[in-house]
Amino acid sequence: MPRNQDIKKVLVIGSGPIVIGQAAEFDYAGTQACRSLKEEGIEVVLLNSNPATIMTDKDIADRVYIEPLTVEVVEELIRKEKPDSILPTLGGQAGLNLAMELDEAGFLKENNVRLIGTTSETIKKAEDRLEFKATMEKIGEPVAASLVVENVPDGVAFAEEIGYPVVLRPAYTLGGSGGGIAHDREEMVEILENGLRLSRVGQVLVERCIAGWKEIEYEVMRDGNGNCITVCNMENIDPVGVHTGDSIVVAPSQTLGDKEYQMLRTSALNIISELNITGGCNVQYALHPDTFEYCVIEVNPRVSRSSALASKATGYPIAKVAAKIALGYTLDEIKNAITGKTYASFEPMLDYCVVKIPRLPFDKFISAQRTLTTQMKATGEVMSICDNFEGALMKAIRSLEQHVDSLMSYDFSDLSDEELMEKLHIVDDRRIWMIAEALRRGVSYDVLYSITKIDKWFIDKFAIIVEMEKALKDGPLTPELLKEAKRIEFPDHVIASLTGKTEGEIHQMRMDNGIRAAYKMVDTCAAEFAASTPYYYSVFGSENEVEKTSGKKKVLVLGSGPIRIGQGIEFDFCSVHCTWAFKKEGYETIIVNNNPETVSTDFDIADKLYFEPLTPEDVESIVDIEKPDGAVVQFGGQTAIKLTEALMKMGVPIFGTSAENVDAAEDRELFDEILAKCKIPRPTGGTVFTAEEAKKVANELGYPVLVRPSYVLGGQGMQIAINDHDIDEFIGIINRIAQEHPILVDKYLMGKEIEVDAVCDGEDILIPGIMEHIERAGIHSGDSISVYPAQSISAVTKRKIEEYTRRLARALNVIGMINIQFIVCGEEVYVIEVNPRSSRTVPYISKVTGIPIVPLATKVIIGHKIREMGYTPGLQKEAEYIAIKMPVFSFEKIRGADISLGPEMKSTGECLGIAKTFNEALYKAFLGAGIKLPKYKNMIMTVRDEDKPEAVEIGRRFEALGYRIFATAGTAEALKEAGVKAISVNKIEQASPNLLDLILGHEIDLVIDTPPQGADHARDGFTIRRNAIETGVTVLTAMDTAGALVTSLENTNIKELALIDIAKVQ
Amino acid sequence: MKAFLILEDGTVFEGTSIGSKREMISEIVFNTSMTGYLEVLTDPSYAGQAVVMTYPLIGNYGITPDMESKKAWPDGYIVRELSRMPSNFRCEGTIQEFLEKQDIPGIAGIDTRALTKILREKGTMNGMITTNAAYNLEEVLPKIAAYEVGDVVSKVTCKEPYVLPGDGYKVALMDYGAKNNIARSLNQRGCEVTVYPAHTKAEEVLAANPDGIMLSNGPGDPKTCTGIIEEVRKFYESDVPIFAICLGHQLMALANGGDTHKLKYGHRGGNHPVKDLSTNRVYISSQNHGYVVDDTTLSQEIAKPAFVNVNDGTNEGMEYTGKKIFTVQFHPEACPGPQDSGYLFDRFMEMMGGDR
Repeated sequence: MPRNQDIKKVLVIGSGPIVIGQAAEFDYAGTQACRSLKEEGIEVVLLNSNPATIMTDKDIADRVYIEPLTVEVVEELIRKEKPDSILPTLGGQAGLNLAMELDEAGFLKENNVRLIGTTSETIKKAEDRLEFKATMEKIGEPVAASLVVENVPDGVAFAEEIGYPVVLRPAYTLGGSGGGIAHDREEMVEILENGLRLSRVGQVLVERCIAGWKEIEYEVMRDGNGNCITVCNMENIDPVGVHTGDSIVVAPSQTLGDKEYQMLRTSALNIISELNITGGCNVQYALHPDTFEYCVIEVNPRVSRSSALASKATGYPIAKVAAKIALGYTLDEIKNAITGKTYASFEPMLDYCVVKIPRLPFDKFISAQRTLTTQMKATGEVMSICDNFEGALMKAIRSLEQHVDSLMSYDFSDLSDEELMEKLHIVDDRRIWMIAEALRRGVSYDVLYSITKIDKWFIDKFAIIVEMEKALKDGPLTPELLKEAKRIEFPDHVIASLTGKTEGEIHQMRMDNGIRAAYKMVDTCAAEFAASTPYYYSVFGSENEVEKTSGKKKVLVLGSGPIRIGQGIEFDFCSVHCTWAFKKEGYETIIVNNNPETVSTDFDIADKLYFEPLTPEDVESIVDIEKPDGAVVQFGGQTAIKLTEALMKMGVPIFGTSAENVDAAEDRELFDEILAKCKIPRPTGGTVFTAEEAKKVANELGYPVLVRPSYVLGGQGMQIAINDHDIDEFIGIINRIAQEHPILVDKYLMGKEIEVDAVCDGEDILIPGIMEHIERAGIHSGDSISVYPAQSISAVTKRKIEEYTRRLARALNVIGMINIQFIVCGEEVYVIEVNPRSSRTVPYISKVTGIPIVPLATKVIIGHKIREMGYTPGLQKEAEYIAIKMPVFSFEKIRGADISLGPEMKSTGECLGIAKTFNEALYKAFLGAGIKLPKYKNMIMTVRDEDKPEAVEIGRRFEALGYRIFATAGTAEALKEAGVKAISVNKIEQASPNLLDLILGHEIDLVIDTPPQGADHARDGFTIRRNAIETGVTVLTAMDTAGALVTSLENTNIKELALIDIAKVQ
Repeated sequence: MKAFLILEDGTVFEGTSIGSKREMISEIVFNTSMTGYLEVLTDPSYAGQAVVMTYPLIGNYGITPDMESKKAWPDGYIVRELSRMPSNFRCEGTIQEFLEKQDIPGIAGIDTRALTKILREKGTMNGMITTNAAYNLEEVLPKIAAYEVGDVVSKVTCKEPYVLPGDGYKVALMDYGAKNNIARSLNQRGCEVTVYPAHTKAEEVLAANPDGIMLSNGPGDPKTCTGIIEEVRKFYESDVPIFAICLGHQLMALANGGDTHKLKYGHRGGNHPVKDLSTNRVYISSQNHGYVVDDTTLSQEIAKPAFVNVNDGTNEGMEYTGKKIFTVQFHPEACPGPQDSGYLFDRFMEMMGGDR
């Protein structure tokens, strides 16, 4: 069927801010789909509130709206742009839910907009629990005994009928939000209440517990002619009970015979046909480990995280094909872009094994529960490819960048046997390390299987790795043993430490014996057809397939690895734009990255893609084959920066700012010298290694002080200390991981925080704009509301900031990007941090100023000058718009995480509010972040003493808006004294009724809780904040944020939001 | 123990010996299925050939009851890695033991992708697996080149007819190397299946008054089956509905004056798209064939193409004009591979008269 010519202008809805359960995979899918639509001459209108995405680029779509994802906004956008179709299946659950609401309300029909890629019947059948169950029963596909309930008593009654444990799944939520397994009535009530609240339609499914069964997924495609294929199947190593997003996953399935494989494949095709899906779909199964019995767990009638993984695992571009199907093409008309010979109507055959490991945020949330459940907690994931399972697992482990590189990385050797057996029952992110320890102690496969339900095939693979550890330790290290250790991907330094040799000696021994990494191609067809797409993975002991390429100059672009708090999708944006810019300049581009969710790892972004861990050894093996003319590290976040030194040792020139200058920005003493030379003030401070040294420095400076390790991301480990006791605690936390670099102790200044990104060509600088944070210094820049252009600083200060930026960029010999954070106290400007690299704010500032910073920086790196590219150096003219970047958090997903903001970053994503006025922009930003007020007009205030004067003013404004204010004694007193009505409530530790009762009573909209500074108090109010978050109440922990919110609420009369096409911002 | 795979073109791969230690020479072909190694090993169509599995991890679920015939047929077995510990609730043993018991020599630990690329680029060729490290290339290469698959149908077919009971249509299944699931698929639809040795005379089969005749898959070059082709012609001339798979499909074409030719490296795996030309629907099929019917050699009056391979446009099925005869190159009986085209057995039931 040729394409439907009636489709000319398509609205694509993105997935909004990155939150746990909805991450970069939708930027990847959306970007691929938009490119696929544009290829067909379709005019693409894009809506996504997330400014860090690649899809919101004017290169990707014709019209770009970075606006809140609400029904009102989509309606307004449809009236304004008049698209003829909406493609809602690429923006995750958020996009799908919006489209459904519009369709149900009849709005689409009224405006002659059709849904393409799906129908509302399809979505209802797949997503509405009752309809789904009825549909499955109709075609004879088994589902676990279940009932949809809308209240707690019904749920409890059903659970008691089918027997505990039961699984709870709220309808229409992201990443299984609010779900869980209840083992008794008490847990049942707790989880069910929460789930009912989170579900868009107030429904929760209660079902028979199939925990412990194998969890298997199929990615299926179907076209309008009814042709179906499966792209790939995947097996979760963690059996049912752990959310698939938090499971270690292998593709293809390893422990299924052809009978089981085909049984489930046929089922998946029956389901996609019955649901009448046109495009991609994910079907999840639970398969009984000892019979052929299976249950359909869930169907996602859209692209998903799993489909992104399946695309990267097989080379089959699901989103691209789904977009073509939406236009009317059939699978046998769509070319397989990897082979260029075959068509999309085939099933990829893998001749390798793929392992995905989730990136969990417990290094950020040290107080959080590490247990894994049906509620997803991972912020991102890594994928690796090898020709054996052990190797793929070892590569994936070291791709995580969590100080793990083998099954020995978490040391459980001090546990007693009893303790170890006890701990094996705990399902958390360290389970495979726990199993490895048990294997070292000779615990049998049967026992391990009976506890974990992890298939013995996988346990045996862990055992093979453990046996290799022992063989290496026992020695002698023969070339044969080394070869085998490398075949299963033991890193050189692990082999070195096990054999008591140096990493250099192991490397030499490898070279002497010809043990080198070779690269194989991902070609979708197991070598049956010649492929033209250079998408590579490494193996040892095989023939190299990389072809020698062109006489062009080659550049190695290092990606940013898994999405984690502090290093998100924005660095993928930068890496991709840098790659495109090099391509335009005639370079051959090579990307190295290991994140399957991203655009950078799409097969047609760079000339060559290496899907590999980002460690020095893995990169060196690529360098040996490719011999690049240089590498770019300034766009891949800290992951890439950390490789600088290693690249220099390999003899790879660093394009742009040199390694010494990167060091100078991080090395306290060097940096102090530079600041002194530039006559730029900075908060005084010193470098230390021990708590004693730190206390000495702190007492000289006077408390409060800021304590942080150098070379970190997102303020990891950064804390404000108010006394010696805090220092002891914070230094202890930092030193749990051996520090190669000193710890910094600085005087803490309370001022306005200002941020600047700039491009420097060695002589001139270009500053697209100055951003101001709403929250005062002390809250991590990534967690602050950021306003462009800066609103409250004087022209003199702006000139000073411009001048300091110039001096610093010149002094550090920056070629390319630099990011500087300042504190402004009065007219005084201090520098608090300099990063000679691309930053989190680059996508945002590029979009709102219309200045393509990454391509400019890339050209500068190649040798062009700012002036010759048509720009006047210096601070650029301010845009006509106010743009506000709002952080978005995923706190409700992480049980036990403290939500109070501080110097350590906690947000997972961001959204943008852009408007002609500050108030409208702020309103849009809060709307985009999903803060929906008011419902009940009840709020709670409990603030520390120093915030009381401000709290009074803010309270007064909320009161004027009609809010009833509950407050703890001290805060209530302060409010009352100032004439603000406040109802005094008991603190949580006091008698009932107290704050907690109020929160659990579900009638509170907002909690403003500012915890006192310092380690002693950090957990004050913790229970209140957690309970509030978990019951869906907005919690603010900084007075500045509260002030901004009340300003935004005072302006909610802005009914008609003006939508702004970013593609037209110059 | 070390083993060596020596190809006709002189390429040598060094690996580890698996299964039988004896030396073998055969035609080397590759299969891209990711599951179903046991079905592949017991598919009689591999008689006279040695199989390379492109999926690197083989034996993960051990040996299960999923045999497609009584024994393993390939002359040799070539893999990247055999699982040392299989795991599956139906597992009855390891593939290592199975290969030894079945006396199949093999080699593991070689770069199967590199080998596959050679076969793809140069075409299917002969090879030798040996554990003799002192092999002399000059001596063995001519021996390897001289290997011919020959008459393998006689080797794999049953010796005596036998009946698989059912209370529906009576189907005569001509066993040219039939996979069990063909008879099973017919049985499941109620048919009484009489399995005949390949060389049974048509008269004898027709004398039993079958409601339908099923021509099975099988190994080797169809053109070497001259005697069988004559009998197939007689089946054609009878008015009994016929459904043919793979070798059966090729034999029917040859019996009608059509031609077949050898593909460069064949189709072996579970992901081949075939298009049903009557509906334009595409199905993913299980395939295992080195030869293909040249459909231009059959006039439209005799037969029309019914299925085509979406990847390379080769013929995948014929419908015989004015006859209740339908033949396909691929394997609707699956095992291993997708079950999408199982509906063709239903079509055969209809050709025989529909539900009864």
